[in-house]
Amino acid sequence: MVDDQIGRTNAASHALKRAGSFISSLALTFLGLTAITFLISRMTKIDPVLAIVGDKASKEVYDKTYAMLGLDKPLIVQYGGYLRKLLSGDMGTSVLTSQPVLTDLIHVFPATFELATVAIVMGVLIGVPGGVIAAARKGHWQDQVIRVVCLFGYSIPVFWLGLVGLFVLYGKLGWVSGTGRLDIGYDDIVTTRSGILLIDAALEGQWDIFRNAFSHLILPASILAYFSLAYIARMTRSFMIDQLSQEYIIAARIKGRSYWGAVWKHAFPNIMVPLITVIGLSYASLLEGAVLTETVFAWPGLGQYITRALFNSDMNAVLGGTVLIGMVFIGINLFCDFLYKIFDPRLRSA
Amino acid sequence: MILQQSQTLSQWLQTDAPVSARQAAAGKTYRAIRSIVANPAALAGLIIILLLIAVAFLAPFLARGISPIAQDLDNRLHAPDLAHWFGTDELGRDIYSRTLYGARVTLAMVLLVSVIVVPIGLAVGTLAGFLGGWIDSVLMRITDIFLAFPRLVLALAFAAALGPGIENAVIAISLTAWPPYARIARAETVTISKSDFISAAKMQGASTWRILFKHIVPLCLSSVIVRLTLDMAGIILTAAGLGFLGLGAQPPTAEWGAMVSAGREVILDQWWVATIPGVAIFIVSLGFNLLGDGLRDVFDPKST
Repeated sequence: MVDDQIGRTNAASHALKRAGSFISSLALTFLGLTAITFLISRMTKIDPVLAIVGDKASKEVYDKTYAMLGLDKPLIVQYGGYLRKLLSGDMGTSVLTSQPVLTDLIHVFPATFELATVAIVMGVLIGVPGGVIAAARKGHWQDQVIRVVCLFGYSIPVFWLGLVGLFVLYGKLGWVSGTGRLDIGYDDIVTTRSGILLIDAALEGQWDIFRNAFSHLILPASILAYFSLAYIARMTRSFMIDQLSQEYIIAARIKGRSYWGAVWKHAFPNIMVPLITVIGLSYASLLEGAVLTETVFAWPGLGQYITRALFNSDMNAVLGGTVLIGMVFIGINLFCDFLYKIFDPRLRSA
Repeated sequence: MILQQSQTLSQWLQTDAPVSARQAAAGKTYRAIRSIVANPAALAGLIIILLLIAVAFLAPFLARGISPIAQDLDNRLHAPDLAHWFGTDELGRDIYSRTLYGARVTLAMVLLVSVIVVPIGLAVGTLAGFLGGWIDSVLMRITDIFLAFPRLVLALAFAAALGPGIENAVIAISLTAWPPYARIARAETVTISKSDFISAAKMQGASTWRILFKHIVPLCLSSVIVRLTLDMAGIILTAAGLGFLGLGAQPPTAEWGAMVSAGREVILDQWWVATIPGVAIFIVSLGFNLLGDGLRDVFDPKST
């Protein structure tokens, strides 16, 4: 009984320690991330004072604004100010839309979220079985096919594949719809609730719009899915090869399990933990792939927002978008780390 | 080299008991080359990269003297034919010639990024690994922060701040590409510094810098180079992505990413404008991926 209690307190203090190190590493990475974006904003050649007062302003006005923006203070103080504003959700105003950057980001994020989520679901549904089959049939033709598919996925420029996809599937065959999220005739019919068109259209029972949105979504989502599929399949394959060489597989086979039974029922459950991390990481990198894909498909999401801002020297918007993607990236990274430690029994009872 | 009379060159290279350090190194290189040549995929990758280098050097000759920037507005968006093998773009420029010259830009960017990234990664990694303590913690924390950042987005933000252009694109990519090398160099350094020969060097009075540069850095190089080859495809794709977004080489320079972007508007009617430079990007990054996989098999059989 006493042993049991000690065990429990140990486990509790362990969990606390883990949560502590999780939070501190989150905070540190956040500080680093914001420090980098702050330095980038100081690297721009655009004079923030001139942007406000214009080049006809007198020296006096210029100096006053310079001091008002806090540019005369040491860099570290300026960074503190930047951080304080950021934490209260103030990312400045976008020059392009004259709205707070945060409002803009909240507005465009659902489109990217929809695209990335559909893509990751497709990537997992194809990539995981693909990787398992490649490992189980290592060296056979199935393995070679999957290897080539993955290799191409690592080598093809995503923006180019998008263009070729548009050319063939939309231009020549007409199987899918073109750029944008909807045909022009369907715009602004559905009220925005979640910002995710498939959900919003389904909620209102507008099945025409649902179908139209889907035919616009499917091509960019498949292209993004291909890239995450390549990564997921390759990692799944190497995890599975590791497991299939273990002795418990031989034991299961001796016991009379069929080969595929051993693969799916014995080996596969053991790769779930590292697989979660891989899926998390590739979901995060989809946000990145979305920057280029959205440009090609005129998809009104985060990626297009950032690139449009780029060309209009709208630094607040660029940095706001960068911070958001960086934070999602770091968040997913750390979350996977955390899951890893929780779900792996060997790491649980140290 | 001292070749004994009874020995052939291949025996000298393959001997189990090399008599000099140079012979050992030559033998190691020979075995590495042999195993790459024996691996068809890696060989294909090597050939593609050699072709890229050849095309970059021989571009004027291979382009049959057609300038990559000469405009011919009467022949805009001309389909591929005998005069223009890959057709012409929206300004009537020859896409075949532009694709060949584009190899120069790609090769130059790849070389510049490598020259910047490897020394930074080695410096940070070996210092952290060798000195340990708080220097190690600080340097590795910084590395982790850069590593946690989405690469393309960070490069985008840098390139946007610095302004468009090849040099700035190279700087932007380098700033985001060095962390993995620091990680590798650190891991190698930690193992190497525990070896007896490092203690021996220390006891002989070698300075920290001497040990770092003469003993540790050379031993880190091979794993760093393998990683660099594997990363090359990613660097090329990022560079092309920046070019596609208009942040890389500026017009009229022929750059593959920018060329694909120029073909966007006309993709449905004049497919060749965007498609052909994209194929070039694909082939080159495929080449680096194939070679990288092969090199990893040769130098680091554990991780396959």
